Amino acid sequence: MDTTRRRLLVLLPAAAVAWKFVLAGTPEASPNYTLTGHWWGMLIDIPKCIGCGSCVRACAEENDVPESYYRTWIERYHVTDWHIERPKVESPDGGKQGFPPHADDGGKNFFVPKLCNHCVDSPCTQVCPVGATFVTPDGVVLVDKSYCLGCRYCIQACPYGCRFLNPKTNTAEKCSLCYHRITKGLTTACCEVCPTGARQLADLKNPKDPIHEFLRTHTVQVLKPHMATGAKVFYNGMDGSVR
Amino acid sequence: MKEHCAIVGAGSAGKFSAGTVNLFKDLEHLIRLAAVMVIAVVAFVILRAAVVPHSFGEYGHYRGDAIGEIAARPVAFAGHDTCETCHTDVADQKKLGKHVVVACEACHGALAKHADDPGSVQPKKLDTAVVCARCHEANSAKPKGFPQVATADHSGGLACDTCHPPHRPKIETAKTAAEGKK
Repeated sequence: MDTTRRRLLVLLPAAAVAWKFVLAGTPEASPNYTLTGHWWGMLIDIPKCIGCGSCVRACAEENDVPESYYRTWIERYHVTDWHIERPKVESPDGGKQGFPPHADDGGKNFFVPKLCNHCVDSPCTQVCPVGATFVTPDGVVLVDKSYCLGCRYCIQACPYGCRFLNPKTNTAEKCSLCYHRITKGLTTACCEVCPTGARQLADLKNPKDPIHEFLRTHTVQVLKPHMATGAKVFYNGMDGSVR
Repeated sequence: MKEHCAIVGAGSAGKFSAGTVNLFKDLEHLIRLAAVMVIAVVAFVILRAAVVPHSFGEYGHYRGDAIGEIAARPVAFAGHDTCETCHTDVADQKKLGKHVVVACEACHGALAKHADDPGSVQPKKLDTAVVCARCHEANSAKPKGFPQVATADHSGGLACDTCHPPHRPKIETAKTAAEGKK
């Protein structure tokens, strides 16, 4: 009995050390990528969006987004005359299959693509009780699905409604800004397939990125600036009715 | 006076020694208590090391390895640069028309698997009547300058590529017809 107890006491710390190595995880996938060398955002040029839904379909395929859930979606706004406080907004199936034609009854009609704003001071990461969602050193808000409890605090906290609970994994899910692509030097799936260039990935730390020239020369807004979330998805030509 | 002092001195000395003895008498309990606490602290440290992931706190209050795990996901869309390394003829055709800005996979779908193994994974043949209409079907919310048609009136159900070559969509040979349609 004595020997067993002593052996156990010796084995416990040894097991702890071994377990640490087990938990060390997978090696970095992109060895040439420096986390601190980037600061990711996106530019959305509303007057260029044709509401084709390519981005929604591409996102679903690239990221295995479950049916009738969306990491990105398109809204069609219809604003009559001066009623900009009461726009009619619709997004059938997230705009995945495009939008059925509708009669132009004199109002203002346009499409607004939406996605996670990858906020600098993101409300969703602040409420996570376990540290399963976080802002990476390169400015992308990600979800660690092996650590997420599925408590849904973050889903309620996001002022943009960009999160959902994946019904298969029961973990919170959202746009990852195609982190697996941008770290390999590719653009996001939605930006890749956007036929009009209405969506453009932007690296705000790269001085050669055309985003800097664009931001200097255009009237650009973010969604819900009064929430002080530090949103990094910039909208060009956005109407005052967009929420 | 002297006697009194001696008595007081003897008395205090007697009390002191008795107190010391009492303290040492309880020492065994204290040592046991300390041992239990030390074991608890060691158990906590070992348990914490076992339960908290190795990389937690590397960059912030989260598991640092999660970044690498998320980045390790395979891509589905190869990107038009990859396509153009082989399909130079199509890339050249596209350069002559307005579809130069449209990436290959916007119409042809995600084809990273085809790019990895072009022999065995072949892209599906597209139905232009569906694919073209996704962008070019008329809708009042589309930008006014964007070319759009009501497909039912425009082609009467004919596939778009009957007249328009998809990679260079402008009809060069029948200019009058194209103008008439516009």
